[in-house]
Amino acid sequence: MSNAMSGWYWPLDGWIVVIGVMCAVSASLLGNFLVLRRMSLLGDAISHAVLPGLAAAFFLTGSRSSLPMFLGAVLVGVLTAMFTQWIRNTGNVDEGASMGVVFTSLFALGLIMIVRAADSVDLDPGCVLYGAIEFTPIDLVNLSGWAVPRVFVTQSIILIVNAVFVVAFYKELKISSFDPALATTLGFNATLMHYLLMTLVAVTAVASFESVGNILVVAMFVVPPATALLMTDRLRDVILFSTLLAAASAVLGHLSAISVPHWFGFRSTSTAGMMAVVTGCFFVTMALVGAKHGVLLQWIRRRGLAKQITSEDVIALLYREEERDPSATLNMSLLGERLDLSGRVIRKVVRAEAKAGRVVIGCDGAVSLTEAGRIRGRELVRSHRLWESYLVQELELPTDRIHDKAEKLEHFTDRALRARLNDATATGDRDPHGSPIPPEEDESTTSDG
Amino acid sequence: MTLTVSRLKHMSCLLLAVALLCICKPTFAENDESTLSTEDVLRVVLLRDYNTRVVIAGTGLLGLSAGLIGSFALLRRRALLGDALSHATLPGIGIAFLIQALAGGDGKWMPGLLLGGVISGGIGTLSILGIGRLRRMKEDAALGIVLSVFFGAGIAILVLIQQMEAGHAAGLESFIYGKTASMLGRDAWLIGLAGFIASLIAVVLFKELRLLCFDAVYARSQGFPQAFLDLVLMALIMIVTIVGLQAVGLILIIALLVIPPAAARFWTNRMGLMTLSAAIIGMFSAAIGSAVSALFPRLPSGATIVLTCSLIFLVSMLFGFTNGRVLHWLRRIRLHRTVGGQHLLRAVYEQIELAQETNPELKPETSVVPVAAVLAMRSWSAWELKSIIRRAEGEGWVVWLPNQTLRLTAEGLTRAKRLAHEHRLWELYLITHADIAPSKVDRDADMIEHILQPSMIAELERLLEAETPLGQVPPSPHPLSAELIDSNANQSTRRKEGRS
Repeated sequence: MSNAMSGWYWPLDGWIVVIGVMCAVSASLLGNFLVLRRMSLLGDAISHAVLPGLAAAFFLTGSRSSLPMFLGAVLVGVLTAMFTQWIRNTGNVDEGASMGVVFTSLFALGLIMIVRAADSVDLDPGCVLYGAIEFTPIDLVNLSGWAVPRVFVTQSIILIVNAVFVVAFYKELKISSFDPALATTLGFNATLMHYLLMTLVAVTAVASFESVGNILVVAMFVVPPATALLMTDRLRDVILFSTLLAAASAVLGHLSAISVPHWFGFRSTSTAGMMAVVTGCFFVTMALVGAKHGVLLQWIRRRGLAKQITSEDVIALLYREEERDPSATLNMSLLGERLDLSGRVIRKVVRAEAKAGRVVIGCDGAVSLTEAGRIRGRELVRSHRLWESYLVQELELPTDRIHDKAEKLEHFTDRALRARLNDATATGDRDPHGSPIPPEEDESTTSDG
Repeated sequence: MTLTVSRLKHMSCLLLAVALLCICKPTFAENDESTLSTEDVLRVVLLRDYNTRVVIAGTGLLGLSAGLIGSFALLRRRALLGDALSHATLPGIGIAFLIQALAGGDGKWMPGLLLGGVISGGIGTLSILGIGRLRRMKEDAALGIVLSVFFGAGIAILVLIQQMEAGHAAGLESFIYGKTASMLGRDAWLIGLAGFIASLIAVVLFKELRLLCFDAVYARSQGFPQAFLDLVLMALIMIVTIVGLQAVGLILIIALLVIPPAAARFWTNRMGLMTLSAAIIGMFSAAIGSAVSALFPRLPSGATIVLTCSLIFLVSMLFGFTNGRVLHWLRRIRLHRTVGGQHLLRAVYEQIELAQETNPELKPETSVVPVAAVLAMRSWSAWELKSIIRRAEGEGWVVWLPNQTLRLTAEGLTRAKRLAHEHRLWELYLITHADIAPSKVDRDADMIEHILQPSMIAELERLLEAETPLGQVPPSPHPLSAELIDSNANQSTRRKEGRS
């Protein structure tokens, strides 16, 4: 940690982290609804599209003061959203394509405007468009005795406006994001909500571009909400989680920007870039090990299930063999042949079952059931044959089609379900193929006794 | 709300006009030094210059293949894949530069940089496919995540590179803004070759890709390897993107992938034609854009190509055959006029019927109806009614007598009878078969009567044989005077809703 904090200087780095967190949170608040509306790329589109707005504001006022430029950029940002909607509605193309048409055209327009005027004025797209978060603590303003960065003031206003908007219009935003038609029938204006949201997105994006650069806000519009969507199903929790994730990636992003490059002998790197990388790492982690839909956990669960089913197939096969001929034994290779499994898998499964005390492996490799294994096998075979009877009697399936279905269902049938199946199937103790349905465990003991 | 939106549209047009003025302003100022001589124009148009020839051929080929590949991407809802991919190449380019520089070689050795870009673009592609398979992750979110995270990583690496030796990394910017004007013959060959290969693959796999675009699930059920085809499509997009990135820059290659297919969408609904026209639009706008930028000073060729594309898009949006706005408006105006004329005829006919109630000997052929009475039948303005009557007069359906009354001509009367017949058939149908109250049916019938097909009328007549005397206009199922109040009330409430 001391190594990580070696370059830390509170008056600078403290402000950078604070401003980063504010930017990230205000972007991700709105980003939740952008992702739900399938407009995740709007941040990127606006970041390119505002160029003609900046240039026009510059030509009209002749100055590089920030207010006209800000207004010009916001106006073009809102127009981007509007043209996108318009082209989508008329042109039979999806949101992404119409967005692509609009923002590339606007960017090209802006580029030409700037280049045409390049000899008379100094307007570099790079420096007009994108500030850097590292320089924000330098530009200070006096706020009732405290010297705070100018960006801090603008970002707090935007953060408050966005938070108030999301809280106040939570219900309207929710319904109009999921089902605009329902929103309209319920009597509030989904179109109005859409354009309010778009305006705020444009304001947030533009304010962030000129102060902290575009990459941070483009990433925060998409990645934290997407990560939160992997974590939970409730919109309120999604918003909460995405806010926390955004804040955490801002803090960790700056830390890694000043510490990671040291490991390779560099000084430090772009804070905004690293914030985007960190939030990407959060996404990957959540996609892999997320509680609900994590790929890794799903894989492990599926592996476990596959193993359980294989071992149950082995037990059931042994039980059937024993039923047919009590003296018959099966060795491992024969088991593998009958179940169409490789020798390696069979050996693994049989060893695990032997460990669990359901089978014993004889000295000649013959596998036979123990008493516990026999009970389990009887349950499985009983489930299988009950299902076969049920499928034939109640669903009237032909007898040659029932085995595969029963083979699947037997693994998910517990005692209560077996009892209900037994009640539902009228005939006593034979399945449609004529095999006897073995009785339930305690019944057999009572009948034996 | 509709009002605000249309006002915003006007505002946006105004803003575009300002922007165009801003472009033109410097041109006017320096007009004297940059007047075009016919000599210059001829030189560019006839491709006398070797450099112009190379640039136009190269960008034209790029536009052709980008338009072709972009059509598939558009229909697969991955139009912005080029956007995400071009951002995703950045970290690879940066790392390749770092490795080459640290290994002591020239950091800007192009094949190495391209290889790095291809590798990280490939990782980005696979990530997009992987994220898209997660539950509840949509295409756009996958694109956005890959775009922003890879671009962030790329920026972080570029900052590191800048620390190595000042000015060393200067050339890397050309990847973002492009360097079309300095395109060499070699580059044009590379673009041509890559574009040709990509187009060839797309054409060979046309059937498979088309199925993938329209119904991926069906494609999979038919045994097509959907994941593989997706990968092929993405690889094609990547080839075009990376080749084009070098030539025209990041934004502009996205434009070439997106705009021509979107423009082609306005011309046709057939996929083969759409792909073809997208390729042609891409080729022409790239070639025209390069030529124009070669003619005028300080017109960056990449941006000019995109604006040419946008212009073609605008023209397509207005005049396209299938979804074009002008045709759409014309069709709406025609429908509006037909509906207006039919309303007029029925209104006059119903007035005659009302008059007949008091005076049964009245002949419809000779009776006249005051315009004021017709005006009161529906909520149309006097001006609107006037233009409708003028048009009906031109068609020879009514005669506008000097004492502000209307008389139906023989043809008009036949038509009016038929219209009233159809209207009442539908009303009767609604009452008898849909159990709708007689006071409500007028409005519903009003909407459907204009688009009833003859076969539909015959069907209705068959259904309602018992209720309607054959060959005559059935009597209105509701009092005609009540209709007047009812429909007016309905219309005014609808207007209020529309306004709020």
